[in-house]
Amino acid sequence: MVKLLVYLAIVLLIVAVSQLARVFELASELKGGHKNKVTERDNRNMGRLFLVYLVAFFAFIIWQLCHYGPLLLPEAASESGKKLDWLFNFNMVIIFVVFVITHIMLFFFAFKYYGRDNNRATFFPHNNKLELIWTSVPAAVLAVIIFLGLKLWSEITTPADDKNSDVIEIYTKQFDFTVRYAGNDNVLGKANYKLVVGANVLGLDSADVAGHDDKIVKGELHLPVYGEKDTREVSFKIRSQDVIHSVYFPYHRAQMNSVPGMTTLIHFKPTITTAEMRKKLKNDKFDYYIVCNKICGTSHYAMKLLVIAETPEEYKAWLAKQPEFMPAASAAAPSGMKTDEAPKEQKGL
Amino acid sequence: MSMDIHATHDLNDAHDAHHDHEHHHEESFVQKYIFSMDHKTISRQFLITAVIMAVVGMMMSVMFRLQLAWPHEGFALTNFILGDKWAPKGVLDPNMYMALVTLHGTIMVFMVLTGGLSGTFSNLLIPYQIGARDMASGFLNMLSYWFFFASSLVMLLSCFIESGPASGGWTVYPPLSAVKEFMPGSGLGMTMWLVSMSLFIVSSLLGGLNYIITVLNFRTKGMSMTRLPLTIWAFFITAILGVLSFPVLFSAALLLIFDRSFGTSFYLSDIIVNGAPLEQTGGSPILFQHLFWFLGHPEVYIILLPALGLASEIISVNSRKPIFGYRAMIGSMLAIGFLSFIVWGHHMFITGMNPFLGSVFVFTTLLIAIPSAVKAFNYITTLWKGNIQFNPAMLFAIGLVSTFITGGVTGIILADSALDIPIHDTYFVVAHFHIVMGLSAILGMIGGVYHWFPKLFLRKMNKTMGHIHFWLTFVSAYGVFFPMHFLGLAGVPRRYYTNSEIPMFDNLVDINVLITCFAILGALAQCIFLFNFFYSMFRGEKAEQNPYHSNTLEWTTPMKHTHGNWPGALPVVHRWPYDYSKPGETDDYIPQTVPLRPGEVDGGGHH
Repeated sequence: MVKLLVYLAIVLLIVAVSQLARVFELASELKGGHKNKVTERDNRNMGRLFLVYLVAFFAFIIWQLCHYGPLLLPEAASESGKKLDWLFNFNMVIIFVVFVITHIMLFFFAFKYYGRDNNRATFFPHNNKLELIWTSVPAAVLAVIIFLGLKLWSEITTPADDKNSDVIEIYTKQFDFTVRYAGNDNVLGKANYKLVVGANVLGLDSADVAGHDDKIVKGELHLPVYGEKDTREVSFKIRSQDVIHSVYFPYHRAQMNSVPGMTTLIHFKPTITTAEMRKKLKNDKFDYYIVCNKICGTSHYAMKLLVIAETPEEYKAWLAKQPEFMPAASAAAPSGMKTDEAPKEQKGL
Repeated sequence: MSMDIHATHDLNDAHDAHHDHEHHHEESFVQKYIFSMDHKTISRQFLITAVIMAVVGMMMSVMFRLQLAWPHEGFALTNFILGDKWAPKGVLDPNMYMALVTLHGTIMVFMVLTGGLSGTFSNLLIPYQIGARDMASGFLNMLSYWFFFASSLVMLLSCFIESGPASGGWTVYPPLSAVKEFMPGSGLGMTMWLVSMSLFIVSSLLGGLNYIITVLNFRTKGMSMTRLPLTIWAFFITAILGVLSFPVLFSAALLLIFDRSFGTSFYLSDIIVNGAPLEQTGGSPILFQHLFWFLGHPEVYIILLPALGLASEIISVNSRKPIFGYRAMIGSMLAIGFLSFIVWGHHMFITGMNPFLGSVFVFTTLLIAIPSAVKAFNYITTLWKGNIQFNPAMLFAIGLVSTFITGGVTGIILADSALDIPIHDTYFVVAHFHIVMGLSAILGMIGGVYHWFPKLFLRKMNKTMGHIHFWLTFVSAYGVFFPMHFLGLAGVPRRYYTNSEIPMFDNLVDINVLITCFAILGALAQCIFLFNFFYSMFRGEKAEQNPYHSNTLEWTTPMKHTHGNWPGALPVVHRWPYDYSKPGETDDYIPQTVPLRPGEVDGGGHH
């Protein structure tokens, strides 16, 4: 009943407005002429509005910069992130300058050259010199941007030296992250999705000795923050068991999709502990997070992992307390976990 | 301005005139308005379908914007539209949120800005502006519309099934879209999505082939390729892009259908469903992304180029100046079209793709910035020292240039693989593509509707309503999408039902409220347009022959809809379409049908 009334009201409103418009049409028809042709007055008003818009638009942007600027991500908490931020800002300055200059030209010309009845436009069909300038200048600027971008890209994506890294696996499924630390040997044991049964949530292969000391932890990721001169990094191996997710470290400026059927890799060197960042931001409740950044299902929006960055000592102490996958005692007589058929090798690990 | 109508006498012409005689008076209502083969009627069919789909897509966005600004609050509007199942007490269900985001994207990208934009203006303007009686094949053209209609209908119907429509995002990445257990929308809804898209691809190919053949073979005497208006060049290049890339999307969709229904595993490997391993294994989900984006990136230009073409014409006519750098504009469009095929990998920098391959895509993608910059500067220079007539269409065209630049420059950041890492899939991307592609294309399309309304419906739209519509739209456009850059830089991922689940986003609520307020303003502004559109269609001021004093051929046809467009012989073309304000002439325009004076150089050249 309510729906019907709403529909009826909408229909009546449209009819009423149509009739009103018709009255205006008829009234202006009496005056004669092409009433929908723009006049010099229209042109002047619209030209002025473009000028007003130019000012208002820039004012709006400045207001946003002041207002929202402090809400953006704080300084990068990883070494590559810092370089990335520098290049990001460098490019931002370039595009902001281009944006401002072109918009001033665009809207100012719209204002200045509004149509006058007794005026005539200048016939200016092309000019090779001008066109050469605005082909070659962007090309030159882009060459710099491409060079700097690719230099950083190859730096970030050069594979990690796992001997000089803490190897950590991040395993994703709808809708959480599980973390596996490589243990004392710093090597992750083989895994296979067919072995994911009961407590063996990552499908570890008990026949692989390298996996026995691996430590599986849910709910939080601990990262060691080594000193400035220490080159040790954290090397992540990422797997997924259902759909594509994305392991997104906003504060560390790192991200990699997790793709079922393959292992993807990222690595970085964390530089700021959670405690230090809290001090810097004057926010006792600040925490790092990993969030899922690839649409992965209904609860995509709630898929997150707390990240605790701490000193190497704290990290070691915490890690020592975590249980191993198959402690030495039980590893001697593996039971239950082993399947009859030999699982196929996990690619890429 | 004498029209040289006696010069032409080609076979095609004689055949058409004969054809006309036989059938002209026997047309029934169904032939004339429903299963019509006339390019003008088909154009109007595309336009009206697209307007309806655009309203649907826009209402979807309003509903999810309400949820984002005020999460978990009830809205009577949401409940009114979606009912108690999907919006109990007016609170949007998370599954429906995903579905709305997915369908909003699909409908806007494909139904409105591909089918609607190309379908409307390629059909209307190609025969008119090249001086042809109709499309190469009226029958295929009719099929193109009806496949488009069927596709739109299937997409809409998928909203009414029990498990809800497709909800894995408009990119429908498997395995999420391939295994129905992964989310409700991956069941029947996804099947209907794939059926709808397959129909759409058929429509697009039928239309595209027709456009290409018509432009190549049906140009009137004197209409060389370098005398074509830039609109036609844009439609022509767009059609080529579509014909080359849509079949690849079809193959992607077909393989997905196989994986979903017939137990193959093109895209599936090492997957656990409900605690048990899935038997299908050995495929790669990345394959789908390669296939999808091989269409997906040209698709961006399939959307954008027609809008840029319309804007070129509108800006030139209303500045009363030739478009600056006509040949450079053609060259830029060709370069953009070519490059658009070798940049798809920039959507996949962080999928685990080989980093070296990523570097190649960085290089090719950033190259696109060069022809794009040329186009932007050429538009601005066209305004310089013009005598600008601010018809509503001109306002929208200038708006397009603005959004093309604003959205384009952020593309330089996103194309840079290293810089893409922290903002990939965040709201920064949402801001970028909505501004550069969504806004530019829709502003161009609306501008085109205002400009060519007299050719579509023989009447004019109301200018005052048009002016108000533009300013409200332009204000709300940047009001919605500019703040999204900040959300992205704060690390907010896209496609989140709410930001309230992750503590790091707690201080960003204000931005979402601001965005939603502008979105509502923008939606209300479109009501003015809708009213103006439908009212003017029936009762608007009758248009005169050449209301904007344009040079192009469509304005030489009489202001009535007749078969064959020109009552007598086809017009003959003697010059390029941009002789506006040429020195030494009395009028500030010289239609293409006016012969060159002795010694006059064509194409804006000097003596």
